[in-house]
Amino acid sequence: MTPHDDEDRGPSRRKVLECMTWAGTGVLWTVAGGVPASLGIIDEAIGAEQKGFTFLQISDSHIGFNKEENPNAPGTLQEAIDRVKALPGNPAFMIHTGDISHLSKPAQFDDAEKIISQARLDVHYVPGEHDLVDPEAGKLYRERYGRDTKGAGWYSFDANGVHFTGLVNVVNLKAGGLGNLGAEQLEWLEDDLKGRSASQPIVVFAHIPLWTVYPQWGWGTDDGAKALGYLKRFGSVTVLNGHIHQVMQKVEGNVTFHTARSTAFPQPVPGTAPSPGPMKVPADQLEKMLGIASVTFKQNEQRLAIIDTPLKS
Amino acid sequence: MTGTIARLTRAATIFFAVLAVAPARAADISVKIANFTFDPPQITVKTGTTVVWSNDDDIPHTVTSTTQAFKSAALDTNDKFSFTFTTPGSYQYFCSLHPHMTGTIVVEGTTGSITPP
Repeated sequence: MTPHDDEDRGPSRRKVLECMTWAGTGVLWTVAGGVPASLGIIDEAIGAEQKGFTFLQISDSHIGFNKEENPNAPGTLQEAIDRVKALPGNPAFMIHTGDISHLSKPAQFDDAEKIISQARLDVHYVPGEHDLVDPEAGKLYRERYGRDTKGAGWYSFDANGVHFTGLVNVVNLKAGGLGNLGAEQLEWLEDDLKGRSASQPIVVFAHIPLWTVYPQWGWGTDDGAKALGYLKRFGSVTVLNGHIHQVMQKVEGNVTFHTARSTAFPQPVPGTAPSPGPMKVPADQLEKMLGIASVTFKQNEQRLAIIDTPLKS
Repeated sequence: MTGTIARLTRAATIFFAVLAVAPARAADISVKIANFTFDPPQITVKTGTTVVWSNDDDIPHTVTSTTQAFKSAALDTNDKFSFTFTTPGSYQYFCSLHPHMTGTIVVEGTTGSITPP
């Protein structure tokens, strides 16, 4: 086929591509049957395309915990799931950032599943340190939640154009150290992200904060900076963590960090108590300090919108 | 006859004298786990001593040696873990759930040395 033959039959491929680059001026072209057609202004065009989607984050349900700070952890988890079911719209799925159980006992995992399954949503889990204390150091967790995962339970998946990576930073912890990802998982992560377009939104979730929140209480990950280094080139990164049983958010460049409330018990703000354990609050305050989070991705918006909702306002 | 009694008495005296200076059996030593710390964080004991850790926190902890010498299960509130130290040395340990919690048991032999034989 010679070029002048193409010209005779209407716009050449090159011409169509040139037209496509005009999308930036507010006109979007599409090609149907080889003939370009304008869709009108960008907003309408995008409205007609893929809409945003919402997923949820819950964390630290600690089923099996029954001390005075909250004698009824299953009850408050039930409240959280009732809230999930009452949300307007349809969340696409849930992410649980770990400490599902309190002591990795089969009955505790069973009870958690009975309650969480009432949401009727797919749930993507990563383990907390409380989920790996069975005599075989995590075998129970992996049997239940480890299908299609690697190593101690890491994995990735794509949903609605967003890439999700579940990491495990609660294994092989060293004396005096913080959370730990380890060389094998970091190699896997680097490989998993390789070749992805920098414009693909990435969500990373793990139990212990990947950033240094408060090292005196172990709230950080020793080799977290390495993982964040692999994520640096992406235009939109969201890091979701749990473990500290309170909301903390930080934005650094293209990265939004967020930790979720627990559904079981609150912990103190860093430095305001001698240690990071369960914090006793008046009974009418407890549910204001427990909660869930919704995360909404909107097309062409760099930052995902995160809304934290307590069990009681 | 006098000689025999004298010899027997001497032997008995020596026997009881030896008993008197023989080391008594070591008592158990307690370490309290509270507020995410091991208390006391460092102790020195003699070989043959049993150390008993007891968890006073509302959250589980473990007692894990950095050299695999000993490792407890997850200890819930009021749970205890015991270990008897038979070899001199310095034993670092930590909580595998909250690794910023660390402690040391220094074990001395009967000669006061902490060098393993």
